[in-house]
Amino acid sequence: MSSVFDKLWTALRGGAREIGDAIVDANGIRIFEQEIKDATDNIATAKRSLTEVMARKMQAVRKVAELGDAITQNERFATQALEQNNEALALDVAGKIAGLENDRNEQAAIVTRLDHQIEQLKAHIKKAEKLIADHERELAIVRTTESVQKATEQVVENVAANNSSLNSARDSLERIKKRQELKQDQMAAGELLDSELGDQGLDAKLEAAGIKGTKADAAAILARLKAAKPS
Amino acid sequence: MHRLQELTYTLSDLNYEGHTFNCLPIGGAQNVLQILVSDLDEMPIYVTVTDTQMLCITYLCRRDEIRTDKRDELNRSMLEMNVAVPLSSFALIEDYYVIFGALSTTSSINDICRELVTLAANAYDALEAIEEFLV
Repeated sequence: MSSVFDKLWTALRGGAREIGDAIVDANGIRIFEQEIKDATDNIATAKRSLTEVMARKMQAVRKVAELGDAITQNERFATQALEQNNEALALDVAGKIAGLENDRNEQAAIVTRLDHQIEQLKAHIKKAEKLIADHERELAIVRTTESVQKATEQVVENVAANNSSLNSARDSLERIKKRQELKQDQMAAGELLDSELGDQGLDAKLEAAGIKGTKADAAAILARLKAAKPS
Repeated sequence: MHRLQELTYTLSDLNYEGHTFNCLPIGGAQNVLQILVSDLDEMPIYVTVTDTQMLCITYLCRRDEIRTDKRDELNRSMLEMNVAVPLSSFALIEDYYVIFGALSTTSSINDICRELVTLAANAYDALEAIEEFLV
């Protein structure tokens, strides 16, 4: 199956309005969904089998240990029989040990086989989980494309209903520029106002009028000195 | 739906780095929320939530507003700029050039605010950059 990007691209190139539908018709969201469902079911089954197989393995492992214990015990018996020079009894015990060892080998083989099955089941589950993740990501891409198209259509309709057109770039730029100019004019006006009404402007005016400032003070001092001078 | 309503409530009382948000739900089958970022409100942001993402989209201009002989150059410029533009990417949706940002549906309100303010500022810059390509 080709990538979802290919399908999407083909649908977009074909000018399809309903991308989701186009892809459903062409390749099948439903196939994806079915595969996701199948994979999910597979995982459930595999997990059940895995539990069962692991239980059986534990059983077999326990049997191997039990048989091992029995073998050790019987070896001890055989040794004791030999110490008593009871060759016949020792042989009997040895026969039993042979049987136990055969059983143990059988159980050990079962453990190995079950281990292999467990590995297989785990790999199977992993594969199914990856398939689900991939398909869900692909479905999300298709659904998002659809959502975005629908959203765009709604936005266009909504803006049209309010008697304006969606973002003519020129108009937007004009409005932004006008607002920036207005802001700059306001700032310039503010500065002008500051210079006219601020302390600095006022001082300058007072000074010019001879009411305030160093010149006015000097003149006043001179006038005072002249007045104080005895004639 | 739920997520967008929640977002409307949360954003209405919020001040993020001196910006406030004006939300207006756009009716229809797909839930879309129009968001105006104060001081950057000439470029509205449209937010839509899918299963996996929260998409914030600003429509820059129609394809036919771009001079035919300059379209390839613009497309190329946008692709080249995409990586460097903070948080936002350029795209085409049907006949519209857009700039957009995609968020995880589990993003924090702080992340969403950052996205919205950045996107609006990017949209202003993008519009100025597009000017020379306009018919």
